[in-house]
Amino acid sequence: MNVVVCVKQTPSTTANFSVDNGTVSWEDPGGKPNIVNPWDEYAVEEAIRLMENHGASDAIAISMGEASSSEALKTCLAMGCTEAILVSDEAFAGSDSLGTARILAAAINKVGDVQVALFGKQAIDADSGQTVVQVARKLGWTPLTFVSAIKEIGDGSITVERLVDEGKEIVQAALPVVIGTVKELNEPRYPSFMGIRKASRATIPEWTAADLEIDGAYGREASKVDWSEVYTIPAREGEVEIIEADSVSEQAEILVEKLFEEKVI
Amino acid sequence: MSGVWVFVENRNGEISPIAREAIGAARIIADELVEDLTGLVFGEDVGDVADAAFDLGCDEVIGADDATLKDGLVEAVGPLFVALATEHEPDVIIAGASTRGRDLTSWVAADLDAGLVSDCVSLEVDGETIKTTRPVYAGKLLSKVFVTDGPQVISLRGRAFAPAESTGGSGTADWVDPVVAEEDIPSKVVGFEEKSGGVSLVDASIIVSGGRGVGGPEGFDPVRELAAVLGAAVGASRAAVDAGWIPYEHQVGQTGKTVSPDLYIACGISGAIQHQAGMRTSKVIVAINKDAEAPIFKLARYGIVGDLFEVLPALNEAFSERLG
Repeated sequence: MNVVVCVKQTPSTTANFSVDNGTVSWEDPGGKPNIVNPWDEYAVEEAIRLMENHGASDAIAISMGEASSSEALKTCLAMGCTEAILVSDEAFAGSDSLGTARILAAAINKVGDVQVALFGKQAIDADSGQTVVQVARKLGWTPLTFVSAIKEIGDGSITVERLVDEGKEIVQAALPVVIGTVKELNEPRYPSFMGIRKASRATIPEWTAADLEIDGAYGREASKVDWSEVYTIPAREGEVEIIEADSVSEQAEILVEKLFEEKVI
Repeated sequence: MSGVWVFVENRNGEISPIAREAIGAARIIADELVEDLTGLVFGEDVGDVADAAFDLGCDEVIGADDATLKDGLVEAVGPLFVALATEHEPDVIIAGASTRGRDLTSWVAADLDAGLVSDCVSLEVDGETIKTTRPVYAGKLLSKVFVTDGPQVISLRGRAFAPAESTGGSGTADWVDPVVAEEDIPSKVVGFEEKSGGVSLVDASIIVSGGRGVGGPEGFDPVRELAAVLGAAVGASRAAVDAGWIPYEHQVGQTGKTVSPDLYIACGISGAIQHQAGMRTSKVIVAINKDAEAPIFKLARYGIVGDLFEVLPALNEAFSERLG
């Protein structure tokens, strides 16, 4: 049984963004502008644990994106994934979530013998969280989103805990499944020194459109969603009103009065 | 193709708060498009839910009442929704971006080969197209997003839209049968533990939040006490969570929860951009911080520069007095 984990390279969480004519660019004060999408780290960790504790033969990281995404894949290898594959083609650029789902589903099919495909809950750039279910639909597998624990796996079925809005739901499903992870699932490990050395020497295979049997349309032309207009958040109107008075209790009374006037209490 | 559809998510016979908001937003869109609004009601014993959907402004209701739909599993609800949408061809499908709403909209868009826009915070009708606004890059930027072709599937962020009010409307729902038999549903819910204790952050209309400035686990005591007086939820910055002072479920920000309450009281939180990403859409922000230069004051409407351990008890007293 193979386990696949799909990761995306995203801007660093500390990056500062600027927008010029709809083109987003960013700089990172720490000098590391791109990282593995932080939500994906939990999926990578769980893929490695499925190998260590549940008999998965390989934990294979897949990233769809430009050539630079191989850096994100090297982080996955350094953490302990056994293989990494870059899925990259100029024709993939501009795909909407459904196009992306078709490409990733084709890549997972090409890996073969996959029982579990893991994803982060969303990417911190697009923040849409659509991919897990859409990949599952394209594969014809069961989607399990917001998974906070894998309770049991084996004998063709898996039992997980999901964090839904109303509480914790225990769900049993037939394998294969596509899992969307949440932060409560685990504590991702840091790459080991040996892992980093090994990853730095690894050559990462690249699969293009020609290598995949993609069922349906993808790429910019096929996209049914336009997200070209991006802009910075307008500054909040008005300046802060600093409440000053002779005593703290007076300050508190003035503030409470203002909040009642705002009708937010 | 015609009509606006809205997913009437429900639980224990009640329409979920986020579905009320979705109905309210969908009603406005339907009126602007001069289309009918149809509510989709799925579950077990949901006759009253269908009546409530009419009352909240739906022109029509299509419902399915069956034990297989009780848990709201997407493998049961998704195929039924897709079958109905294939038959009736709505122009627009709207749902709240709850955990179930997100799963369902992704499923429906995949099967209908439709464009999907998730987690919108505002909607605007432009001809027949719905132009949405949604936060991207973890809330640091905004994007105008719309579906260019075919049915438009849209999910709405919680607390971003006004909930539908009672209209006194009524009608007779069109009841249909589920399309997936129980034995063909590939997953089942085998256990459930209701969320317990306190107001949930995402639903809260008031949040009192603590950061590094609270200084330790016991520093959250005055934060909790004020929250109790106000019926508020307790939030925290990542610094406080990482220090182990409060569990992760309270974290607001880029790698925590995104909230949008009427009132957000930030206590001892400096206001790093990652925290702002999770709370900047709050209606009124109050900052209490010792450091007058803290970035949170740039976001806040009201500020008190001072020691939170003095300010919070004073606020507690002032609120208790006003609220009787």
